[in-house]
Amino acid sequence: MNSRDGKAASGNELSMTSNQSGLPEIHLIGINHVSAPVELRECLAFSTEQSETTLAELKKSKAIREILVISTCNRVEFLFTSHFREQAVQTIVDRLSAAKAIPAHRFKPAMYVYSGDAAVRHVFRVAASLDSMVMGEPQILGQIKDAYRLAVENKATGVVLNRLLHKAFSTAKRVRSETGIGDRAISISYAAVELAKKIFGRLDGKTVLLVGAGDMAELAVEHLHRNRASGRLFVANRTFEAGVNLARRFSGQAIHFEEIGASLARADIIISSTGSPGYVITQDLVRPIMRERRNRPLFFIDIAVPRDIDPNINRLENAYVYDIDDLQGVIDENVSSRQSESVKAERIIDEGVIRFRHWHDALDVVPTIKEIRGKLKAIAGAELAKTLQAMNHLSSEDIESLGKMIEAIVNKSLHDPMLFLKNPGSHRDKSLYIDIFRKIFKLENERD
Amino acid sequence: MTYLLIPVIGLYLTSAACYGAFLFIQKDGYQRAGFALMLAGFAIHTVIIGVKAIHAGVIPVQNLHETLLFAAWVFAAVFLAFKLHSRLKVMGVFAAPMVTLLSAAAFMVPDKAVEIETSFASLWLIVHVVLIFTGMAALSLAAGTGALYLIQKRNIKGKKHRFFFKRLPSLEMLDSTGYTFVVIGFSALTAGLITGFVYAHTVWGRFWSWDPKEVWSAITWLIYAALLHERLMARWRGSRAAILAIIGFAVMLFTFLGVNFLLEGHHDEFTRW
Repeated sequence: MNSRDGKAASGNELSMTSNQSGLPEIHLIGINHVSAPVELRECLAFSTEQSETTLAELKKSKAIREILVISTCNRVEFLFTSHFREQAVQTIVDRLSAAKAIPAHRFKPAMYVYSGDAAVRHVFRVAASLDSMVMGEPQILGQIKDAYRLAVENKATGVVLNRLLHKAFSTAKRVRSETGIGDRAISISYAAVELAKKIFGRLDGKTVLLVGAGDMAELAVEHLHRNRASGRLFVANRTFEAGVNLARRFSGQAIHFEEIGASLARADIIISSTGSPGYVITQDLVRPIMRERRNRPLFFIDIAVPRDIDPNINRLENAYVYDIDDLQGVIDENVSSRQSESVKAERIIDEGVIRFRHWHDALDVVPTIKEIRGKLKAIAGAELAKTLQAMNHLSSEDIESLGKMIEAIVNKSLHDPMLFLKNPGSHRDKSLYIDIFRKIFKLENERD
Repeated sequence: MTYLLIPVIGLYLTSAACYGAFLFIQKDGYQRAGFALMLAGFAIHTVIIGVKAIHAGVIPVQNLHETLLFAAWVFAAVFLAFKLHSRLKVMGVFAAPMVTLLSAAAFMVPDKAVEIETSFASLWLIVHVVLIFTGMAALSLAAGTGALYLIQKRNIKGKKHRFFFKRLPSLEMLDSTGYTFVVIGFSALTAGLITGFVYAHTVWGRFWSWDPKEVWSAITWLIYAALLHERLMARWRGSRAAILAIIGFAVMLFTFLGVNFLLEGHHDEFTRW
């Protein structure tokens, strides 16, 4: 990764006339915690208002089609589409220099520029928190969502960046749910699931009991479900209604707090996260249950502080208790396995980049026209063949001229739409119309 | 004949080394190589046993050398058969050295003809020996999984997740695999003892003669019977079942070897050297 500059700059890109028939390419320029020290980053950081005025300024530039500004404490990045990379970069650098009153030579060396796939990959990695100072920290996705909202409100984005950002969000979500890279809460529920697998082997059919309906508990249940813990779910909460609501979300069953003891006989995995000051589940409560359970293992996950589950339960045969510090210990010991998780994350990112490229490549005039013509010809040809079946008296010359007529109709009726697509007017966003055409004719090359 | 054992032991030893490497490096190739080497060793091993059997016209368990060699062969067969059905790859770490050890022990003991008074040419005896050894192999594997279970349980209870935690399968899998071995081993052992009684009846005219080997076999059998009984009553899962499987294995080992060296009886002559 980090191959700076996806595409070498070539001289003729600077002239306004070259390459304009194609689509503008995606580029990204910026600095982050790796390329620049904090002193420089804080000088360049934008407030929301500054971002807005900058967006408005940059939108006016002829070299820039769509633009988005991401500014956090660890990065300042401009994501844009343009036919004229060098000019656009120059415009942004000038603007940044003017807005922050810093000479360009102070920050220019720290800046990286990515184009095409490299830019797309960078956006995906940033959104998935792979490029963060603390890998897996959760705030970055929200910050990018805010930046995107701001750009949309200022009408600075178009078809390409809209699609790119939506894909970045869904890819980030996939990385989060399918790998162990995540914030502490997520890695804790991940560690809990890994432990459960070491105890139970397979999780299907295992019954889960939630004690307390907090966010963390919800996250853990989500994680268990994704790992096919297909058994029943019980939710015991002090306020019954909150329990009912959570239970409904996972098609489980809410129970009263007093029923915990009885439900222990059926549960396999207990996740506790109440605000109770003392132990909610004690050793004396569990000991008789183990006999009733015929010694099937019982796994307690205590994510509450102060703890809900008596740690002495861990001494009972076939009962296992992990509190939040124990789970944190598991995570720390698994730093090496995180390495392999990040390989998995990069693979998910690669998939996203390839899919996006397929969509983006198809979003061009020539392939779109070809596909529309192909589709119409296929329809006309099929109808012609159907008609000819019932008309045996026609000579081969007749059939040939009918075929020619059909082809002429297709070509002529497509003539005006094609002219329009090729030149929808200089002020218009061509990709928007191509996208609409593709939707009208239902030309989809990308499977979602 | 004995020199042919050298490649067999060599193959088993490299197989054990491959399984050891698998434990540390966790690359599937090592484990598969271990299986292939074991299979190759087993093929030559089978030829040796076959030639011996044809040569003697009876089952080749007439002295300690042959008995150990035969035991190693049955052990390898049981393990290979198990491997075809199970995904518990780590089992070879236990089984391959065990087979190597048994065949190496056979190699160390001289293969000299012994005057045997009792008849070997009985179908009952062949079935008896094969079943007993199959049972012993399965029960040793049960003890092996039991030991792995105890290690893994210690890791989870003690919240230590270093070397073995990652490499060993889940408690549930170890527990159920161990149980399967006990069921198979116990069934084979029971059937082996019954055929032994029948054979004893044909040779000595009585089923039971308070021979030390018989007594210790009965003790072994009772231990596993108790284990299964408690298991079926579904009380003794996990640790207790694992510990009992290991105790049973120790008693069984004594029945197999210890009795012959320390006590006397009519099994004595089969292991004389």
